[in-house]
Amino acid sequence: MVDVTPADAVPPAEVGEVELYHPHSWWTKYVFSQDAKVIAIQYSATATSIGLVALVLSWLMRLQLGFPGTFDFITPEAYYQFITVHGMIMVIYLLTALFLGGFGNYLIPLMVGARDMVFPYVNMLSYWIYLLAVLVLVSSFFAPGGPTGAGWTLYPPQAIMSGTPGGQDWGIILMLSSLILFIIGFTMGGLNYVVTVLQGRTRGMTLMRLPLTVWGIFTATVMALLAFPALFVACVMMLLDRMLGTSFFMPAIVEMGEQLQHNGGSPILFQHLFWFFGHPEVYIVALPAFGIVSDLISTHARKNIFGYRMMVWAIIAIGALSFVVWAHHMYVSGMNPYFGFFFATTTLIIAVPTAIKVYNWVLTLWRGDIHLTIPMLFALAFIVTFVNGGLTGLFLGNVVVDVPLSDTMFVVAHFHMVMGVAPILVIFGAIYHWYPKVTGRLLDETLGRFHFWVTFVGAYLIFFPMHYLGLMGVPRRYAELTDMTIMTESAHHLNSFISIMAFIVGFAQMVFLFNLIWSIRHGREAGGNPWRATTLEWQTPQTPPAHGNFGKELPIVYRWAYDYSVPGAKEDFIPQNVPGAFAPSREPA
Amino acid sequence: MSVILVFLAVIAGFAGWWLSHQRLMAKPWLEQGMAGDYVGFDRSALPTAKIGLGVFLAVVGCLFSLFTSAYFMRMGLSDWRPLPLPRLLWLNTGVLVLSSVALQCAVIAARRGQIDMARLGLATAGLTALAFLAGQLMAWRQLTEDGYLLASNPANSFFYLITAMHGLHILGGLIGLGRTSASAWSGARPQRLSLSVELCAMYWHFLLFVWLCIFAVLAGWAATFIDICRQLLT
Repeated sequence: MVDVTPADAVPPAEVGEVELYHPHSWWTKYVFSQDAKVIAIQYSATATSIGLVALVLSWLMRLQLGFPGTFDFITPEAYYQFITVHGMIMVIYLLTALFLGGFGNYLIPLMVGARDMVFPYVNMLSYWIYLLAVLVLVSSFFAPGGPTGAGWTLYPPQAIMSGTPGGQDWGIILMLSSLILFIIGFTMGGLNYVVTVLQGRTRGMTLMRLPLTVWGIFTATVMALLAFPALFVACVMMLLDRMLGTSFFMPAIVEMGEQLQHNGGSPILFQHLFWFFGHPEVYIVALPAFGIVSDLISTHARKNIFGYRMMVWAIIAIGALSFVVWAHHMYVSGMNPYFGFFFATTTLIIAVPTAIKVYNWVLTLWRGDIHLTIPMLFALAFIVTFVNGGLTGLFLGNVVVDVPLSDTMFVVAHFHMVMGVAPILVIFGAIYHWYPKVTGRLLDETLGRFHFWVTFVGAYLIFFPMHYLGLMGVPRRYAELTDMTIMTESAHHLNSFISIMAFIVGFAQMVFLFNLIWSIRHGREAGGNPWRATTLEWQTPQTPPAHGNFGKELPIVYRWAYDYSVPGAKEDFIPQNVPGAFAPSREPA
Repeated sequence: MSVILVFLAVIAGFAGWWLSHQRLMAKPWLEQGMAGDYVGFDRSALPTAKIGLGVFLAVVGCLFSLFTSAYFMRMGLSDWRPLPLPRLLWLNTGVLVLSSVALQCAVIAARRGQIDMARLGLATAGLTALAFLAGQLMAWRQLTEDGYLLASNPANSFFYLITAMHGLHILGGLIGLGRTSASAWSGARPQRLSLSVELCAMYWHFLLFVWLCIFAVLAGWAATFIDICRQLLT
């Protein structure tokens, strides 16, 4: 049953070496680079920069919520603009871009044993269009009227009416244009990630030998390619409604005593299109996180991942199911109750493969040789946070529970836990894990532990109380909560407390950024494989990997990615490109 | 949203078929070494560029399915007044079919290494595609002259929007076709040229298919067809 072939029986490559583009000047090497690793760093740096803007915006929101009436410059209009741009940046320009554009670009070619992405030129274009999208978004801060304040869901009709900040100014136009650009850019990148996994794999790297990180990013990219067109369609149609007076989404409406020229459009149509993108988007962010966290746990617990096949199937199942749950975001839109029943059912079904993944992570840890390195800490924090956020998701997936809670802070707490904090924790863990490969040096350990504990505990202190506020009935989306009977004195105190915690957690991120920059020069030398990991990116001849990744010869893969603590092996890990047989690491038949 | 769900079901079918050939039941923790029988599963024998284009066409198909979904949902509302399609669209359809046929001829010629025939096919395809675009613009002009303006009715809005999207895709294809033609005239390697021409043809046939679908939708036949199906079912 152990299938062993001697190492010399390597079949010849079916596909010859790719013609690799070689840069000739500084510009084509570092700026207009076609090397996926450089593009990955460009993506990550841009996403982090725009993420900082979103972080500051969240501080401004918390200033208003925690200490209402104290800061004159935070008008209700400004508050809505902060909410909108914060949400939009975090979900799309930071998380999606960082997971797929950043980690996808860096890890896919290295992990599957390719020299580069299959279409490097298109890959480069993808980054530059993404950058343009970010710049268009930023420019809306300087446009007359400021950015749009329509909420990150941009629901019509309010999104394009004069009562909403940016609705009749430039704000909404720039927002929609920026999204359209982002989607075009992403599609270019996404084609690369998918086709590289399909066609770029080195010899011996079957699909079932791929590290789960690649499975997660691959499936998420396929989903994104199919889901983003829905946002594209919604954006184009809303842009026409706003600029050329069509009535796709705009019903007949009277504004300031004046009948607008729109007539008969359907705001619900927009909601369908938006959430047809919006719900898969949750998993577009979550699946790469699932994949990465599986690899972090396995590597740092020195144990093979439990139930690899189940993990792969669960990723595929979640990807497929996430396309038939979108209307659970629309329970309060007045839709047919039978639809609500259908979507509640599918929503609860999706909890099954997700739960399988959680069990498998826990069982991987079980009796593992757990090293509490910083990546491991973040991975553990992710599991806890994801379970927490997921459980409130089960609440909200039920129509009867969702309807009263839908407009409260409970929802804010839920989605921040499950798709804000949880994926961000994975991103941090992944950065601590792969930073040595990117720079050749480890991040500073003390600063890292400080960053972890403040972020993890702080995030709980921010979002856990929010659940209680929500259950009390404190509404979300309100700029002013002062004169409401719901807002008892203790609720106000809780809000101030949350705000102070938000500033502290934000400050910890500055420490992290300092660590990122400082360690490039001053970090401890890492060597090629500091975590003693099995996957191919740690087996490159140079660290950081040179152009072309693997030197003269591409590696050949002889085993799966999780041969840790194999009985009979000399070391407690066997890299994927090491030939030879050992006793099977586990024995379930 | 039924159109897009049907489209995604088709995609899921493809994905499922492909995955079923990938030995997802394998137990990788038991399989070490470089056994010959895994190698066949490494990658497809198709050229990478073709697979890339295939994935891209799935995205394009997704986009048009979503437009169609939105079209059907908006159509159900009370203010919908269908617009009479200009007869010119029939001519345009014919021209686009011609373009696809010419490109298919170019593919056959390029495979046989008949470079002159390939050039002829490419040039014809390019010119007819341009003629199609010009025809679409003329159809737009006829409609606006008859008073069917973009914003006056959602049926008009959708007509302009969907034809414009399709036209933009043709325009994008023309850039690719232009590059292919340039390499055909500058004497590229026959094998390479053959691949580029095949890619163009694949894109062209797909856009022709999309056009036929949206033509059926815009003309209302698709709605009639769905109605008939619905009546048969109930």
